Amino acid sequence: MSSSLQLLRERFPQIEVMEKNPRRLYIRIPREQLTATARFLHEERGMRLSICTGIDTREGFEVLYHFSEDSTGIIYTLKVLVPKDDPKVESLGSWFPAAQWIEREMHELLGIDFVGHPNLIPLLTSDTDWEPDRRPLRRDYERRNEAHER
Amino acid sequence: MSDETKVRRIVPIGPYHPLQEEPEFFKLVVEGETVVDLEINLGYNHRGHEFISPELTYDQVPFLVERICGICSNSHPLAAVLAIEDCAGIKPPPRANFIRTIIHELERIHSHLLWVGLAGHFIGYNTVWMWAWRYREHILQVFEMITGNRNHYAANKPGGVRWDIKPEHVPEIRAALDLVEKKTMMLTKAVLDDPVIRARLEGVGILTKEQAIAWSVVGPTARASGVDIDVRRDDPHCAYDQVPWNVIVLSEGDVFAKAKVRLLEIFESIKIIRGCLDKLPDGPIDMRIDEIPSGEGIGRTEAPRGEVFHYIRSDGTNRPIRHKIRAPSYMNIASNVVAVRGGSIADAALTLAAVDPCYCCTERMAAFEDGMLKYTGKDLLRLSWEKTEKIRERLK
Amino acid sequence: MKDLRLWGLKKSPWVYHVAAASCNNCDIEILELLTPRYDVERFGVVLVGSPRHADALLVTGVINRKSLPRVLEVYEQTPKPCLVIAIGTCACNNHIFRNSYNAVGPYDKHIPVHAYIPGCPPKPEAMILGIVKALSKL
Repeated sequence: MSSSLQLLRERFPQIEVMEKNPRRLYIRIPREQLTATARFLHEERGMRLSICTGIDTREGFEVLYHFSEDSTGIIYTLKVLVPKDDPKVESLGSWFPAAQWIEREMHELLGIDFVGHPNLIPLLTSDTDWEPDRRPLRRDYERRNEAHER
Repeated sequence: MSDETKVRRIVPIGPYHPLQEEPEFFKLVVEGETVVDLEINLGYNHRGHEFISPELTYDQVPFLVERICGICSNSHPLAAVLAIEDCAGIKPPPRANFIRTIIHELERIHSHLLWVGLAGHFIGYNTVWMWAWRYREHILQVFEMITGNRNHYAANKPGGVRWDIKPEHVPEIRAALDLVEKKTMMLTKAVLDDPVIRARLEGVGILTKEQAIAWSVVGPTARASGVDIDVRRDDPHCAYDQVPWNVIVLSEGDVFAKAKVRLLEIFESIKIIRGCLDKLPDGPIDMRIDEIPSGEGIGRTEAPRGEVFHYIRSDGTNRPIRHKIRAPSYMNIASNVVAVRGGSIADAALTLAAVDPCYCCTERMAAFEDGMLKYTGKDLLRLSWEKTEKIRERLK
Repeated sequence: MKDLRLWGLKKSPWVYHVAAASCNNCDIEILELLTPRYDVERFGVVLVGSPRHADALLVTGVINRKSLPRVLEVYEQTPKPCLVIAIGTCACNNHIFRNSYNAVGPYDKHIPVHAYIPGCPPKPEAMILGIVKALSKL
């Protein structure tokens, strides 16, 4: 077990660790502890935010924060479960600029709210030809053959 | 200068540019000659890969992700198959690993040469552009020989590779490497010793180490700022841990350091390919995969521009249910906001290009604000060229 | 007058390159045409920096929702008669992106296209051949 994980366990006893293999750790954390855990990983352990992933699952939206520890080559993935009726997470972008774009993207394509984000405007989609409540990465998004609409 | 120049104005760059590739839209906020802020507007290239990927089978996914970017068209499939293999817990046969490494490094050579050429064009050295692209052709020919296509090699598949390196290919690859090494040496000396290029690039567009960490930049952009990361070494995959090579790290963080890192990395890539060709084991190049179990997998690899990150979640069927893709430029372009701040407009085009984004500046310019400043992408290039001329005059 | 324009167009076509949500590959190969190996400038083909100077548009990529207005604007600005040459499978028929929510292409739905050069990416030789064929049809 790596030292970062030991320290993480000591600091945040309620986390749930799943070790897929020694280089890929998946850690489920409560939604309220996201900022504290992420700050610990980035500021105290010097990890780099690779990216975040938003997934629409049956239980709710899962937001995954992939942190990369470059000295050991281990990826720490923080998993936060967000209920669908209250899709809100604390924003990391307010103190960690690397997270700003991906939070905008998840907000746009999945409809998750990042509370405290400095500039939560759409990143990728068109500002003229796009309905703001279209969320293509949601499960209930109707997959049509859109390109062939005439 | 009168007070008038102190007014903040906006110079839009993009989305179309006479020279380069992908459309991207930048708004430079300038005060006189100095850039004070940058606003980046993406989405001119958004095609919804993450949306299409769950419709495809695992065998088709590499073909889709290959078409994310034509320059790093091996990095994305490689990272995707690494993610699939991580999810299924399989290891490809050793020969496949070596072939993957060779193709990946050949791609790095052609990508870095491409960037050197374009950077040369941006500062008005079209000779550098023509040279670099001419020698890049030899690498593309090697690709055509091995895989049948100059770009989009379709080299990776889950569990192995599609194309074998036949014994008769090896001498041709070595010949191409020898030629490219010699010519790159010449190019490197010409570029790094040229006092004009030094004066033009040194101290321009500095990204400090702290900024590099805060923006989580990757690849040569990070390594030029003194951040010692390289996925090939930190998270060994393919055959990178079986051949000797070095990670190039410089501390200056300016455009010159970024150019230097890339030029020196070409030699490391050549070293890796030679090591792989020496050790190339025999055996099968792919393996049978019966089933991808449900679960999740992460694959990452070092593309020419930095870390490529793929996350795949499987539910046990033959299609992924979520496929997250992060290209290196996603992190690097965002850091432009701090890198161009405080520089002059003449340096902006260069600084924006220095992270080797799949970058684009403009042609058509809408007159913004009161329409007094009329810079187009061409004017930016002209400004950039004029500055080079001035430096050249001064150094005479 | 029209004959004169056509003569000018055929003799030395100036091309402008439009990439709308492409993957760079066709675009890089277009630039490759300019560099020493293929060097199309010897035929009088010049890549110009403004659609206003162009005789032909080389268009690549699937068009997405955000770039469509820009593409139409570029086409508007190009003096007519102009040739539009779709380069790459994406520009011809949307390729692998046909099911994407953001793809609104292909080009011939929005602007007249005179020649299609399929391939992912087409080889530079194929591009030269396509341009020559399109010009000889004028």
